[in-house]
Amino acid sequence: MFFKIEPTSGQPLYLQLMQQIRHAVESGALREGEQLPGIRTLAQELVVSPNTIAKAYSELEHEGLLELRQGSGAFISLSRRARSLSNHIQAATRSVSDLVEQLRERDFRDEEIRRMFEAVLLHQPEMTRKR
Amino acid sequence: MTNGRVIETERLGKSYGRIEAVKELNLSIRPHCITAFLGLNGAGKSTTIKMLLGMIRPSSGDGTVLGQRISNPIEGVRLRTQIAYVSENKRLYDYMTVDQMIRFTRAFYSDWRPDEEQKLLRQFRLPLDRKVKSLSKGMRTKLGLLMAFARRPELLILDEPSEGLDPVGIEELLEILIARCSDGTTVFFSSHQIAEVERIADQICILHAGRLVLDSSLDDLRQSYRRINLVFPSIPAEHHFRIAGVQDVRTRGHQMSVLASSNAEGVVARAQDFHADSIDVAPVELRDIFLEKVKED
Repeated sequence: MFFKIEPTSGQPLYLQLMQQIRHAVESGALREGEQLPGIRTLAQELVVSPNTIAKAYSELEHEGLLELRQGSGAFISLSRRARSLSNHIQAATRSVSDLVEQLRERDFRDEEIRRMFEAVLLHQPEMTRKR
Repeated sequence: MTNGRVIETERLGKSYGRIEAVKELNLSIRPHCITAFLGLNGAGKSTTIKMLLGMIRPSSGDGTVLGQRISNPIEGVRLRTQIAYVSENKRLYDYMTVDQMIRFTRAFYSDWRPDEEQKLLRQFRLPLDRKVKSLSKGMRTKLGLLMAFARRPELLILDEPSEGLDPVGIEELLEILIARCSDGTTVFFSSHQIAEVERIADQICILHAGRLVLDSSLDDLRQSYRRINLVFPSIPAEHHFRIAGVQDVRTRGHQMSVLASSNAEGVVARAQDFHADSIDVAPVELRDIFLEKVKED
């Protein structure tokens, strides 16, 4: 599995890693029971602090997408909750791609689209809610 | 340790005659993290590090490192056996060979790891029989790093550890720092390599003219700092945008550029009040945050 971290993208690195692992599971690149690299190994490979990896793994464990086994590493585990969440995310991702496609057809560049999303998200801050 | 902190200082200061090198510094460094200590040349970084190690006496304030008072000379000596330190000028004995230098250093530390020493010697390609005097700047740095990394200390303090290293050397250094942090060592290092710092640091401290001007986790900086570029039909006065969280406002023609350390949504709302034609919110690199923090007023 290949991950790519962008230190200057304005998003915490552990969130970037979480998204990429989630995406890998959704796209089938990572399957149930498969093992992720150890914290130290992945930190050295991505040249990031081990705390970044540890935080991403522990948050994903919380979401039920990963199972951390003492001494033997992190494994993909698709609990029912994670699976339904993953379907949910897949559906939402499709709506977003449709919208992006429409905007591209209207000749907006990706950079402009990205900034529009960011401006809207900033202007209408998310209500605190539990998923 | 005080509150589980590895380094804790309270109003730490150092004056040389009338010159205040470090002023009322409150540092609080968490364990098992990588903390980068940034600042321009002469900002007081090395002076701070030397006070932390008990090598120079503070003029005011005090602090603890690994739970021991830095102003107490006896505790200071004990402390230096628990910390591995790489100094700014990589203090070495010029008349010794690399091999003699390593054997000499090894004798002082009970936490020395011969296997690690051998591994680092191979990795750094250090010539054992060369005199220290004839080493290049990069080689001197590597020898200094080897003598710190061959130990297993609780705390690693590095003053400009990448000095003189080529890109491959810097990459090796980062990998070793990551490995040590994975082993549970706390890493505190000063650097001018902002791009590298931005990858591996958990926490950023910026010192400017002896004062701490920023102390934040990099994740918080990434999440909260934004540059908002605006275009207006007619440009509003800058003071309307000097609201909470705003660090800097600049205007040029119909354009305005706002740097916000937080509250970017407040700036966006204000821009809409003034009927902005275009609102563009972009993340800010650590380099820009650094330059803003050390700007001379």
